[in-house]
Amino acid sequence: MAKNLMKGCEAIAEAAIQAGCRYFFGYPITPQNDIPEYMSARMPKIGGCFLQAESEVAAINMVYGAAGAGARVMTSSSSPGISLKMEGISYIAGAELPCVIVNMMRGGPGLGSIQASQGDYFQTTKGGGHGDYHMIAYAPASVQEAIDLMQTAFDVADKYRTPVMVLADGIIGQMMEPVEIKENTGNAPKKDWATTGWKKGERARAVVNSLYIEVEDLEEMTERLQARYRQIEKDETLVECYNTDGAEFILCAYGTVARICKTAIAQLQKQGVKAGLVRPITVWPFPAKAVHDAMCAPGVKMALCVEISAGQMIEDVRLAVNGEREIAFLGHAGSRVPTAEEIAEKVLAMRGA
Amino acid sequence: MAVVFKKTEALTDTVMHYCPGCGHGIVHRLVAEVIEEMGLQEKTVGVAPVGCAVFAYRYFNVDIQEAAHGRAPAVATGAKRVLGPDSLVFTYQGDGDLASIGTAEIVQAAHRGEKISVIFINNAIYGMTGGQMAPTTLLGQKTTTSPYGRDKELCGSPIRMSELLATIEGSAYIERTAVNSTANIIKTKKAIQKAFGAQVNRKGFSLVEVLSTCPTNWGKSPVESMDWLEEAMLPYYPLGVYKEV
Repeated sequence: MAKNLMKGCEAIAEAAIQAGCRYFFGYPITPQNDIPEYMSARMPKIGGCFLQAESEVAAINMVYGAAGAGARVMTSSSSPGISLKMEGISYIAGAELPCVIVNMMRGGPGLGSIQASQGDYFQTTKGGGHGDYHMIAYAPASVQEAIDLMQTAFDVADKYRTPVMVLADGIIGQMMEPVEIKENTGNAPKKDWATTGWKKGERARAVVNSLYIEVEDLEEMTERLQARYRQIEKDETLVECYNTDGAEFILCAYGTVARICKTAIAQLQKQGVKAGLVRPITVWPFPAKAVHDAMCAPGVKMALCVEISAGQMIEDVRLAVNGEREIAFLGHAGSRVPTAEEIAEKVLAMRGA
Repeated sequence: MAVVFKKTEALTDTVMHYCPGCGHGIVHRLVAEVIEEMGLQEKTVGVAPVGCAVFAYRYFNVDIQEAAHGRAPAVATGAKRVLGPDSLVFTYQGDGDLASIGTAEIVQAAHRGEKISVIFINNAIYGMTGGQMAPTTLLGQKTTTSPYGRDKELCGSPIRMSELLATIEGSAYIERTAVNSTANIIKTKKAIQKAFGAQVNRKGFSLVEVLSTCPTNWGKSPVESMDWLEEAMLPYYPLGVYKEV
């Protein structure tokens, strides 16, 4: 199939449709408005439903209701809007419902900026909502990867009955790239737990619920979730190791920043410095072993974590290496994106130090 | 011997947790009877609230979803959009859930003309959390968070949701009823039939506000509670049909 030049947000929306998503509930917020706008044009033509909710709070609860009724459903937003969705995401995790949430991260805290950021790593990977739950989070580094991960996200959500986030930054959403979208990848499993109207004898009465008022019942539910999370860590962790064999310097970055790191690595190569990159594609589950093995390999002299944040993923990197190596940090809180030159200079400065 | 009366199939056999004299049990049965009589049990999806009716999913013998506090109309919207016009989707919400934390969701569901039905229990107090002031608490009424009586200067006057929602174009059927007498209980059942009918006939959003009792948190006996509903609540919350399309 020929490639098409597409904007990230629109490509992500079309990828979702090709993955079988027919329900979209959202609320306007920059820089992800192209997703709901695209959905509002496409859904009526394919028998789907686009609905502009009154708030992000309502949108995520509409997702809950639609997922509970058995549909492939998604919502999208950007950082401040994702904060509002966090209550609903906790309920979705507790009620064991599958859905996909796209976060086109912008600068924070508060209203922050409308430029790209990676300031929502903590919120995404460490909870965000209340209670003992996790959410699988994919962090694409290109529009093509965002498309492919969208399609994976729906399958994985259904497989584990869990919310899945595609954690992109505003650059991925707004950038145009030549891409290929696979058609009709969607293959939702039969959901006999969904509330679709109950005929006696056909199945048990369906109850979608996150309330377990007895301590023993809640423990049973959370143990079921935790067992599922261990399985997800084992089977769904994704990571890319780039140029790591024989590297003296190991960079760790995700999303757009990882791509900039690859340019920095090429610049360093020209100056005779061998650097490599370990790139988490899932930020939860975090590829701790791959990060550890890349950073703690015998020939590695120094390691650097690069983010568009004040340093969030670096905490997981440090946990992964568990004191075996010192991890330096380069990043900007807010929305200023590190440049390849800046990263290369940092590596050269560390080398000289 | 001929069976002259039996419990509706649309309720489970689970023993309800409601207090003696509470109106929830009456309204649950009315809703369930209407579902069964309209032949809709296999097409119904309920949405339970947070509040005293949080366990409604144990009692209604239909597929059901338990929503976050106040969000039931949004959850019902998602379910209805998936299940389509042949389904019956209803929410069951109290006054804290619907008239306080969930005002955005209820107003906007009506505004969209969402084809769902809402059973709204107004007992002028938060029940499940132990008797705090609700937006529907009457002036002067003592609760655990209005120990000197609700003060208009401090927190305004009680909100009338049926009147408010009746002003919205998308509302197809809005009625306020009560469960303080046999006559009013029969009227409540008829109102629920009309609300469900408005949904089945794809007319728009429908809501029945039921004035109900909370003896435990009102600090009254069940009989005193029925009297208080009649004497104190009915004058402020007039019964009747507020919208019928």
